[in-house]
Amino acid sequence: MRYELIVIGGGPAGLAAAISTHKNGLKRIAVIERDREAGGILNQCIHNGFGLHRFKEELSGPEYAGRFIDMLRDTEIELLTDTMVLSITPGKKVVCVSPAKGYNVYEADSIILAMGCRERTRGAIGIPGDRPSGVFTAGTAQRYLNLEGYMCGQRAVILGSGDIGLIMARRLTLEGAKVLACVEVMPYSGGLSRNIAQCLNDFGIPLYLSHTVTDVRAQNGRLCGVTVCAVDEKRHPIKGTEMDFECDTLLLSVGLIPENELTREAGIEIDPRTNGARVYENMETSLPGVFACGNVCHVHDLVDYVSDESERAGKAAAEYVKHGEASGAALEIKAGSGVTYTVPQHIRPGNVEKSADVFFRVNRIMQKSAIVLCSGGAELARFRREHMAPGEMEHIMLPAALLKNAQGEITVSTEEAQA
Amino acid sequence: MKELICIVCPRGCHLKVDEENGYAVTGNSCPRGEQYGRNEIKDPRRVLTSTVKINGAAYRRCPVRTSAAIKKGDLFNAMKELNGVTLTSPVKRGDVVISNILSSGADLIVTKDM
Repeated sequence: MRYELIVIGGGPAGLAAAISTHKNGLKRIAVIERDREAGGILNQCIHNGFGLHRFKEELSGPEYAGRFIDMLRDTEIELLTDTMVLSITPGKKVVCVSPAKGYNVYEADSIILAMGCRERTRGAIGIPGDRPSGVFTAGTAQRYLNLEGYMCGQRAVILGSGDIGLIMARRLTLEGAKVLACVEVMPYSGGLSRNIAQCLNDFGIPLYLSHTVTDVRAQNGRLCGVTVCAVDEKRHPIKGTEMDFECDTLLLSVGLIPENELTREAGIEIDPRTNGARVYENMETSLPGVFACGNVCHVHDLVDYVSDESERAGKAAAEYVKHGEASGAALEIKAGSGVTYTVPQHIRPGNVEKSADVFFRVNRIMQKSAIVLCSGGAELARFRREHMAPGEMEHIMLPAALLKNAQGEITVSTEEAQA
Repeated sequence: MKELICIVCPRGCHLKVDEENGYAVTGNSCPRGEQYGRNEIKDPRRVLTSTVKINGAAYRRCPVRTSAAIKKGDLFNAMKELNGVTLTSPVKRGDVVISNILSSGADLIVTKDM
């Protein structure tokens, strides 16, 4: 079986990418999804706030996904659910298995990687103490509660202030549990301010910044309490600041990791800063005809931006199949002072019509500041910002004319106004 | 003067609302922020999102939400109303589960085809 495009992953990124490629003229498209239905993580994100940018409405996660699933249904795009991709080859063969169809190898003219990300676990951050039941990642607890109908516990502490943790603080409270505290090792929250307001403040749940969990205690195999400590600038616990919380549940909301096993195995270059594939302006990876979009490329704050990025990848995949490889020299986009990473990492000015979008994150909270673009020692442009935070992805647009003035590379850095 | 974080969009503007001056809002970046700031002091409301039991579907819970924001003080009472509901598959996105929940004027609606 040969397809013009195979999309790996049927979450928000994969759905938007497939629909966009179809709109741009490709017909033989397959979306491969390992779960039994499309929609990805949105299916368990039952809270509202999705789609404000795209639909000018506040939708819940399933509603946002549902709109894209409806659009997909109106096309001849094939959706292969319950199907696990085992590997992709540099020659663009996709090896997969499913209970219904067994082992299959599909050939593709182009591939879009849209596998999303997964949560960091307790093992990834090394919390001392016992190893009882009752310690969950926030997303696992969310799935149990919102899809399967199981409550994870009655008294909870949440470690990490990522958005999923904050959303779960409200969710558990509404379902009758007591959420004792949300504990964040950094001096700022990794989640959106609106979620601090409507998920913690609304219910009087305290947020301890610059604190962490230093001990986990168990009784009869179940969590019975945790110790929380303040930390210093080096994130080392400070003796004498211990607080004990009696709880049966500890939720971890401590970051997301793009899921790139398939990408690595195919020999595609990975950016160690994003943990996603290095991409060009059109979301193409180092392997021509293979594109990456959504959280598999870099972790986003808003699904609306995932959809936008995925549509760009979809359009580019259609271009590739119809017109062949994009060519021309590439500029390297470098992360300068105060900037953690940029996506894309390369821009081919010859492939940019009007402007190229660049997304990045800053490494600390900044008040009045400027984003400065430099190339070959000269300043190309500067953009003002009133406020920037690591939890909020930044976006700038580089006009084609500006790219022509660049020499070999563009460095994106930040400058904070002196108070 | 009350200080709030706007929850209308992910931007999270820091609002100041002056109760003594006709609930004048400053710090907002859009008209919706101004409206939120005023309402948040006079009559705070939230959209409730939760799940209800469903039989005959792939999963045991069906996601629901209120069609409009309801009084913040009514959230826990509304949750009690949800406990009594059992749906049977098939249901469609937008189906009304409880109309005019707690006389709020808002309906409780299904948010997923199941």
